[in-house]
Amino acid sequence: MFFPILWMVLTAFKTELHAFSNPPELLITPTLASFEEALGRGNLVQYIANTSIAALGSTLLGVLLSIPAAYFLAFYPTRRAEFALIWMISTKMMPPVGVLVPIYLVYRDLHLLDTVLGLLLIYVALNLPLIVWMLYTFFKEIPGEILEAARMDGAGVVREIMDVLLPIARPGIASAALLAIIFSWNESFWSLNLTSAKALTLPVFIASFKTAEGMFWAKMSAGATLAIFPVLILGWIAQRQLARGLSFGAIK
Amino acid sequence: MTRVSAGRGLARFDIHRPNALLFVGPAVLVLFVWMIVPLALSLYYSVRRYNLLVLERRGFVGLLNYRLLLLDPTFWTAVVNTLVLVVLVLAATIGLGLILALLFNRDFTAKNVARTLAISPFFVMPVVTALMWKNMLFHPVFGLLAWVAQSLGGEPIDWLATYPMLSVVAIISWEWTPFATLILLTALQSLPGDLLEAVRIDGAGRWGEFRYIVIPHLLRPISALLMLQTIFFLTIFAEIYATTSGGPGLATTTLPYFIYLKALLQFDIGSASAGAIFAVILANVVAVFLLRAISRNIFQGELP
Amino acid sequence: MLKWRLLVSFVSLAFASSLLAPSPSPAQATTITIATVNNPDMIIMQKLTPAFEQQNPNIKVSWVVLPENELRQKVTTDISTNAGSYDVMTIGMYEVLSGWAKNGWLLPFDSLPSAYDGQDLLKPVRAGLSYKGTLYAVPFYAESSMTYYRKDLFAAKGLTMPQRPTWTQVEAFAKAIHNPSKRTYGICLRGLPGWGENMAFLTTLVNTFGGRWFDEKWQPQLTSPEWKQAVGFYVNLMRNYGPPGVTSNGFTENETLLANGNCAMWVDATVAAGYLANPQTSKVAKNVGFAYAPVAVTRNGSHWLWAWALGIPKSTKKADAARAFIYWATSKAYINMVGEKEGWTSVPPGTRYSTYQNSAYIKAAPFATLVEALINEADPTHPTAKPVPYVGVQFAAIPEFQGIGTQTGQAIAGALAGKMTIDQALQQAQSNAENVMRQAGYIK
Repeated sequence: MFFPILWMVLTAFKTELHAFSNPPELLITPTLASFEEALGRGNLVQYIANTSIAALGSTLLGVLLSIPAAYFLAFYPTRRAEFALIWMISTKMMPPVGVLVPIYLVYRDLHLLDTVLGLLLIYVALNLPLIVWMLYTFFKEIPGEILEAARMDGAGVVREIMDVLLPIARPGIASAALLAIIFSWNESFWSLNLTSAKALTLPVFIASFKTAEGMFWAKMSAGATLAIFPVLILGWIAQRQLARGLSFGAIK
Repeated sequence: MTRVSAGRGLARFDIHRPNALLFVGPAVLVLFVWMIVPLALSLYYSVRRYNLLVLERRGFVGLLNYRLLLLDPTFWTAVVNTLVLVVLVLAATIGLGLILALLFNRDFTAKNVARTLAISPFFVMPVVTALMWKNMLFHPVFGLLAWVAQSLGGEPIDWLATYPMLSVVAIISWEWTPFATLILLTALQSLPGDLLEAVRIDGAGRWGEFRYIVIPHLLRPISALLMLQTIFFLTIFAEIYATTSGGPGLATTTLPYFIYLKALLQFDIGSASAGAIFAVILANVVAVFLLRAISRNIFQGELP
Repeated sequence: MLKWRLLVSFVSLAFASSLLAPSPSPAQATTITIATVNNPDMIIMQKLTPAFEQQNPNIKVSWVVLPENELRQKVTTDISTNAGSYDVMTIGMYEVLSGWAKNGWLLPFDSLPSAYDGQDLLKPVRAGLSYKGTLYAVPFYAESSMTYYRKDLFAAKGLTMPQRPTWTQVEAFAKAIHNPSKRTYGICLRGLPGWGENMAFLTTLVNTFGGRWFDEKWQPQLTSPEWKQAVGFYVNLMRNYGPPGVTSNGFTENETLLANGNCAMWVDATVAAGYLANPQTSKVAKNVGFAYAPVAVTRNGSHWLWAWALGIPKSTKKADAARAFIYWATSKAYINMVGEKEGWTSVPPGTRYSTYQNSAYIKAAPFATLVEALINEADPTHPTAKPVPYVGVQFAAIPEFQGIGTQTGQAIAGALAGKMTIDQALQQAQSNAENVMRQAGYIK
């Protein structure tokens, strides 16, 4: 499963000439030339900054909006709440290409085109259903008695959430947030179409390596390696956190 | 879904019941704006002749866009391709995910490293995934698979042209199998050990253990997977765009790609909007079927 | 909780790095945003821009460099909705002719400064970027199409490439030289679907077979005998004497194949000549020969005419700075600077008569006179033997063509890959084209 990634990273350390050789070369003298050239292609620091702000900001906002919603849906379930949950998920089924032009026109009029804020808001909407749902399944596993006890002590709803629910639910929240970060970091369609210069993100930078006039596999690999590196490491470090929140109610 | 689960909730706290508007309201409002504004605009554009590039002949055309869409064989091919793609990738990811999860649920040396590597594809950007597979693995002259085929004395295959749909399915499955693996592995690890022991004492073999304990236990996570992944796969676009561009012919033209052709190649916003409305309808039809079939597992799993 | 802490520090690190991101340049300098294609010639332009910024200290340039398709999507959405994100756009002849000029989206270049010498621009190129006699975009480089062949492989078989080959001759040559076991393929041609990819080439092939996209009443002609004959010829040629994986080969891929020594012939853009004749980028630099694009029944439209040009959208607020940049990037001085710094085979070709009078260029580029002749001979108003209602050799300059062309290209790629017959493919393309033309209101 990992081999293609490994192969790409290897290619990134080759020269263009070696990247094409047949039979493929495994033993190579690594060179950083491709990385230098890839870096010369654009302001990478700016792209990383844009991508991070959009991914982290949207995740933060999404989690803040989701916690009360998931709390309510999980602990005060009604038919309408269940419908609300399904409806939220169904908003994810709209194909982005279908609504690009409407969104584009709205963004133009709100002066949100080519702004990181604009991307951030889109990502909130894209990730919100998933976060609410993951938190919902996680909250459902928490016995109501714990919250009940807190309430007997006279805590208000806010205190109840802050002091009792959140500490217990931290793995679930972390997991949902991680997933949201990963999806926003890798998102390419909206970032390609709603940004032009100032708010360009990493996936758009990678797209600029697609079919140049002249094939640049080593450069492309170098750029791609740089772009996937942060999230790959994040994923590796946090895989247990991620897994715990993905239980969807299987853990009793 | 006649009865709503209230077993676990704080139903008896109903007097303290917090204001739904305050709690669920903000999230619903965000999604409502996100959904209703583009949807309303799409509905409006779908009954107009509206090409971004043409300033003349714009205006109300009634259901013309819908009629031409329904008469277009390409459109129906795209609908079928979309469903085929979703079903194949679902089967591949859940099947492979289950095998990997069972594997990683055992003990062997370097298990953690192996698992970490196995789930890595999920963290890679779809754009990178597509470019990587297209150029470095599938390429019929310089690709790794061509080299393998030649070393074994065979002819290199132009994968993306000869087996376009299967190639795309392979790419997307590679990307999403780790997600299934993670979810199923988490579920497996929560299997109570004494339950398994009890079955073993009863003399059930490995197959019986799998059939009567593991599978029922995995029903809920698999349902969740089915639903979540269907949602993601219905709108898959980047992987197709960057590899086959919907071809050759119409072999991998899915509904999102079809709408893309209308919207960003022809800049025909009228037709694209009509297509988008159809895509939303299709998604909802699929969702209703899916929810009918599995929602009991997801929402009321704790009830007998 | 070590992992948890690591996570937190990663997050804060990312935030910190975003705060440290460079702040925008000082307020008194004007920053212009230029959207361009990631072709080598444009990459050189980007590289040389500091020279422009030195000459104009109050102008800063910010670049958006994207592949052709993505660039087209972005600039087209931007200009048609008057969004105003760019000050200079890289556009082609198709954009200018298919309505951008008519719609009033571009600022006209009606008074070129005398130092710029507008009369020096090649006439057909200038005409192809003008609407009703007014220039709407300034050419950065221009190209036609021609036949590339390997002189060494031809000599080994005792063959000679005529200056003006026919398609029948080309097929015979391909048959004689094709040797797949040695990875030498008879002929490489575009197969990657797209109106600017396989259909650019295929349209010239159909043209010279006597076919056309539309009749005088805008009725699509894709199922006509000429189309069937031309596409049939192409599919057979590529199946018998082409490399593997034709349907994923576009301009770039074929250029790489030829430069690596895998193709005996290639019919494609003249702009590749510099790359192929340069020993640093091409293994066959010494042995590559140049000839006219092959002809079947009519010479009309057998080779195309294209220019990448720089235009200024009406929505810009920095028109003066944008103009200053465009005059710099398309000037004689710029061409000389590229010649001296990057080598003469790398100069942007096809735009100025003076380039073709420059002895340094003629000496370094053996293909120069042929390219100039090809560009001068191309006639976008008479792309084939029969009359047509549209302008354009390898395209029909109407807004609907991008969609029609690309879907036709998909269908033909489907036929080439064996997914359907040629008749089925053309029938599918025809019904799609009719659909689009009906929807757009050209035909009932």
